[in-house]
Amino acid sequence: MSDIKVSINSLYKIFGSDAASMVGLVKEGMSKSDLLEQHGHVLGLDNVNIDVRKQQIQVIMGLSGSGKSTLIRHINRLIEPTSGSIIVDDDDILSMSPAELRDFRRSKASMVFQKFGLLPHRKVIDNVAYGLSIQGINKEEALARSNKWIESVGLTGFENHYPSQLSGGMQQRVGLARALATDADILLMDEAFSALDPLIRSDMQDVLLSLQEQLHKTIIFITHDLDEALKLGDDIAILRDGAVIQSGTAEKIILHPADDYVTDFIKDINKARVLKVSSVMSKDAAIKGPEIQDNVIIEDALQTVSQSGSNGAIIVKNGKKVGTVSLTDMIMAIARSTKNTDSDTVYR
Amino acid sequence: MSILTEFPKMGRTDLRDFKKAIDESFRDFTRNYGEAIENFFDPLLYFLIWLEKLFLNSPWPIVMASIALLVYFGSKSIKLTIGALFAFLLIGYLDMWEDTMATLAIISVATIVCISVGIPIGILMARSNRTQTVVTPILDIMQTIPSFVYLIPVVMLLGIGKVPGLLAVCIYAIPPIVRLTNLGIRLVDKDVMEASEAFGASYKQKLLDVQIPLALPNIFAGVNQTIMMALSMVVIASMIGVKGLGVPVLRAISNQYLALGVMNGLAIVVLAILFDRVSQSFGKRLQAHRESGHNV
Repeated sequence: MSDIKVSINSLYKIFGSDAASMVGLVKEGMSKSDLLEQHGHVLGLDNVNIDVRKQQIQVIMGLSGSGKSTLIRHINRLIEPTSGSIIVDDDDILSMSPAELRDFRRSKASMVFQKFGLLPHRKVIDNVAYGLSIQGINKEEALARSNKWIESVGLTGFENHYPSQLSGGMQQRVGLARALATDADILLMDEAFSALDPLIRSDMQDVLLSLQEQLHKTIIFITHDLDEALKLGDDIAILRDGAVIQSGTAEKIILHPADDYVTDFIKDINKARVLKVSSVMSKDAAIKGPEIQDNVIIEDALQTVSQSGSNGAIIVKNGKKVGTVSLTDMIMAIARSTKNTDSDTVYR
Repeated sequence: MSILTEFPKMGRTDLRDFKKAIDESFRDFTRNYGEAIENFFDPLLYFLIWLEKLFLNSPWPIVMASIALLVYFGSKSIKLTIGALFAFLLIGYLDMWEDTMATLAIISVATIVCISVGIPIGILMARSNRTQTVVTPILDIMQTIPSFVYLIPVVMLLGIGKVPGLLAVCIYAIPPIVRLTNLGIRLVDKDVMEASEAFGASYKQKLLDVQIPLALPNIFAGVNQTIMMALSMVVIASMIGVKGLGVPVLRAISNQYLALGVMNGLAIVVLAILFDRVSQSFGKRLQAHRESGHNV
């Protein structure tokens, strides 16, 4: 269990005047709409269990109103849960005193916001240094450390601008640098790139991924965008009406969607870019072709196979042959599941 | 059915006793605590007298130069500075220098008192809804009750003089700074506050680094309004012994001296305009980040 950084256990959040006494009803299975209709309380989170692995990017995905922003705010207790527990490195967040909690927020978990949340009256450099100044680090050192982060998010030259003078993408770079500057292990990102236009968003995703390669933070990333989830997430949890309906790797979710909701969700994505050849591997010895590593995505494998002119490929892992894959299987795997009934056999 | 045509009211003797009881208990209160309260305000009185003497006893060119400097550093506008100099020269030439200096002194002290009491109250109001529900009706009373009504207890308690005058001015002038400090803090962007909270800021850090700086435009509007309202109290304050431009205005009213009234009235207006322009442009300059680009 030591590779679990954040463990969220049977977390419930109910909004309303008498939330505590409603938990029992929800645990007995009352639905969100019944709770609202009969008791006037809103079910925010419904028995959420997520284990976030150390140094991985955990994406929490859901449409608006699914409770994902509520969930991420529980991890640094910007919102108090109604019941449940959140364990970070063996410490229970929910039993922390106000002073301990402040300390936790200052040094262990920093946050990036959808609407940036920058201080409009402070220059970029002072915004990045904000977390450090709260920690009480002296100004000189704070500025020196901030400069380093400004450089790593590519904002050199803009230190003395005010946030309002920057574009949205640049403002979020400031937000990211501010969060990284505190050296917290955990990075909470609440729809951090959702307010940006698609090109800038993709840019920022690359910035985040390349920073993560060096920094190895534990990142909890909230998004409503499936492509973003698939691009960033080591693990993905899908949230609906406050409950986790499926969690696992991107590949697992695409190959084995838990229900129609998830199926519907994933029907429009480019599977060739997510699925690896290992997921459609067979033992058919008749297939001949070039050798491909087992973790290559189908998009790349298709190209290799079609260039070689063969009917499939041989899959190798750690230098050893582990199986084969046919061209047809690969094409079937990436076909849209709704239109082709045959493809069901691939998924189920 | 006399009950329908005549409103059921308290008996005449009961009512008289009721009023008398209130008057007497307040008189007792005055007798017992009047001196203590007077002593409490002594430092304020000394400060006011000192400031007045400073304005009046310094040679007028020096006062003029200091005013010009203050106006310039407040507004950074040559035009406004020249206008101020010209206005003060005219005031002096029309023999209103001494009264203007006395008014300037009491307005300055009243403003300092209002800011140093009003801003903390506004901050407390913004911090808790309960404080807000208690303080708001008190502010309503202070702003709407006719000034003469609270002049009665103030004069009973402290007699005629500068301090009761100052108090009367402050009671009338303090509500805007309290209200606008409260409003300004409550209007601070929720997203910025949440970010501050998420980074582990304490209450004090949130207040000093985020809330007050972002509430400054509103706080400045409050200071500005407070000064304007203090100036408009000058005439009433002169009824209970405050020297200044209000005294000749009062004399003009009782003797129907048109020119005297208009001249001193206009001098008050000039002071008001100067205070307003200088404090506004000073407030604007504190908001450097709002000047360029698009607001977040």
